[in-house]
Amino acid sequence: MTDIAAPNAEGLRRDAAAERFSLFALCLPAVLLVLVTMVAPVAWLFYLSFLDDAGATTLEHYRRMVEQPSYFRTFRTTFEVSVLTTAICVAFGYPLAYFMAQLPRRAANICMIAVMLPFWTSLLVRTYAWLVLLQRRGLINTWGMELGLWDQPIALVHNLTGTLIGMVHIMLPFLVLPVYGSMRAIDRDYLRAAANLGASPTQAFWRVFLPLSVPGLLAGATMVFILCLGFYVTPAVLGGGKVSMVANRIATDIEMFFNWGAASALGVVLFAVTLLLLWGASKLVRLDKFLGGGA
Amino acid sequence: MRNAALPISIRQLSKSYGRVRVLDDVALDIRSGEFLTLLGPSGSGKTTLLMMLAGFVRPDQGIIRFGDADIVRLPPHKRDVGMVFQNYALFPHMDVGANVAFPLRLRNVPRDEAESRVERALELVRLGGFARRRVDQLSGGQRQRVALARAVVFEPRILLMDEPLSALDKQLREHMQIELRQLHERLGMTTVYVTHDQREALTMSDRIAVIDGGRIQQIDAPRSIYERPANRFVAEFIGESTFVPVIAQAGSCAIGPARLRLPDGTPDGAMLMMVRPERLRPLAGPPAADEYTLEGNVAETVYQGDSMLLRVALSGGAIVAVRLGGGARMPHPGDAIRLALRAGDFHLLPSDAA
Repeated sequence: MTDIAAPNAEGLRRDAAAERFSLFALCLPAVLLVLVTMVAPVAWLFYLSFLDDAGATTLEHYRRMVEQPSYFRTFRTTFEVSVLTTAICVAFGYPLAYFMAQLPRRAANICMIAVMLPFWTSLLVRTYAWLVLLQRRGLINTWGMELGLWDQPIALVHNLTGTLIGMVHIMLPFLVLPVYGSMRAIDRDYLRAAANLGASPTQAFWRVFLPLSVPGLLAGATMVFILCLGFYVTPAVLGGGKVSMVANRIATDIEMFFNWGAASALGVVLFAVTLLLLWGASKLVRLDKFLGGGA
Repeated sequence: MRNAALPISIRQLSKSYGRVRVLDDVALDIRSGEFLTLLGPSGSGKTTLLMMLAGFVRPDQGIIRFGDADIVRLPPHKRDVGMVFQNYALFPHMDVGANVAFPLRLRNVPRDEAESRVERALELVRLGGFARRRVDQLSGGQRQRVALARAVVFEPRILLMDEPLSALDKQLREHMQIELRQLHERLGMTTVYVTHDQREALTMSDRIAVIDGGRIQQIDAPRSIYERPANRFVAEFIGESTFVPVIAQAGSCAIGPARLRLPDGTPDGAMLMMVRPERLRPLAGPPAADEYTLEGNVAETVYQGDSMLLRVALSGGAIVAVRLGGGARMPHPGDAIRLALRAGDFHLLPSDAA
């Protein structure tokens, strides 16, 4: 037995190695793509944030962020807007997803298309459309006053309200999709079992349905919140300069002061905060289950 | 934990989905404390009937009484029946204890009492001390028992089970059949059990209701169902059987050279004689006084470990299946064979022509 096993084992070992190598080679293009398009720019950003105008290494940009209260205000605004947007999205999106989850498949799919429709239009177009609707002499104020609902134009835009309306509109699908998915995945037998054991429909919702849909809700809320942190167009157009989020600050730093270092430092901090949040959220729920990750 | 059981009485129960009649004018009386099995192939309507008892499916018409109360319009959460679901439906966000305590919490049972009742229910299904386990840490058999504990902890007077053993492997299933049966004897609640497994139905039930095409084909004790099926469907669905077409004439019929006396009152005409394979035995010497002798040739032999199955072509043309003990000598195809059939071991059914 051993006489023939030795040369054979060597061949098999080489086959296994060759197979591993060819599998790695198949992955290589994807690995390169990620390195070039994702890792390298971030590393470059990181590097820039430590350079001053003359190209010397410095911590100046980070020091200024700690010392100048205006930076702190920018971060605070960013978080406030993001938290509010997320909260409003949850308040609208959860009931919407619940409603869709009760519908028969066909009707639910039609609803889903309606929810996704804005998704397929340019973000810029949608944002300017809101400007048309919300401004002083916009559609909503004109109709509201014509119907006698209010006398003076309401400030719906160029402020926090306008920013939130625009952002909620854009973010809602990101919340509805995972929540709807997790609701559809809830086995109807759980609700039947709850009813059978004596739970009224309301009790069954609070004690069984809601807890089972929480992972989807957390996944959706996390995604909305993180996407909000980097928002630029909507606060710029609908906030009218009054809502300055980190992304707007970065744009100002570059456009007005041509300060790549300061802008990069802001980017790095935002990036770090986002990573921290994602990590925290992944401790709470297995996000990958909802973001289409592996098993 | 023993509780007064309730009888169930069903009348004129019908349900159609579109043009398909799932239940067709069903009438059924289930006795108080009885273990009744609804047995039928998939699509027969047995599950629909159970879902109506639980309140998950609304019939088009009909009456369902638990005791004296007509509950057909009562929503499921007010029916107070226990139910074990096919996939158990244990709440994944609760541990074992919380699952079993769920019906007690909804009934505002004080915490101390609820805890002791949960523990007692878990001990009843031999899972004492499992209250703090997570559901996903349990094996299939353990989940089955937790579902059972949850269904009986609030002492319902009626227990429904929807193919509760179908997800378990064969050995565990046979073990749980005995266990469920013993539990029923201890708790004494009226139990309605749905299955498509005829052996399971025969093992567990006080009575079996065989359902097909939305109608109850026969309702009787397991032995009667097996030995005196009401029609060909029941005969084929329960156990193995072969049918020999015969012509009854003046109280007897011929199979080859043998002349068999038929039960008194058998009308003349074409009939089907049902013979169970295990009731035929090969004959070496002369037959006993109450036995008939059938002659034929072995057509096919199948070895199945604990037994052997022969197909025998009788003289006269009919083919019957014969089951032999595993230790018997295996005949060869083509061998001539004589079979003994006792007078009480065949059963006559109306001919298929109808």
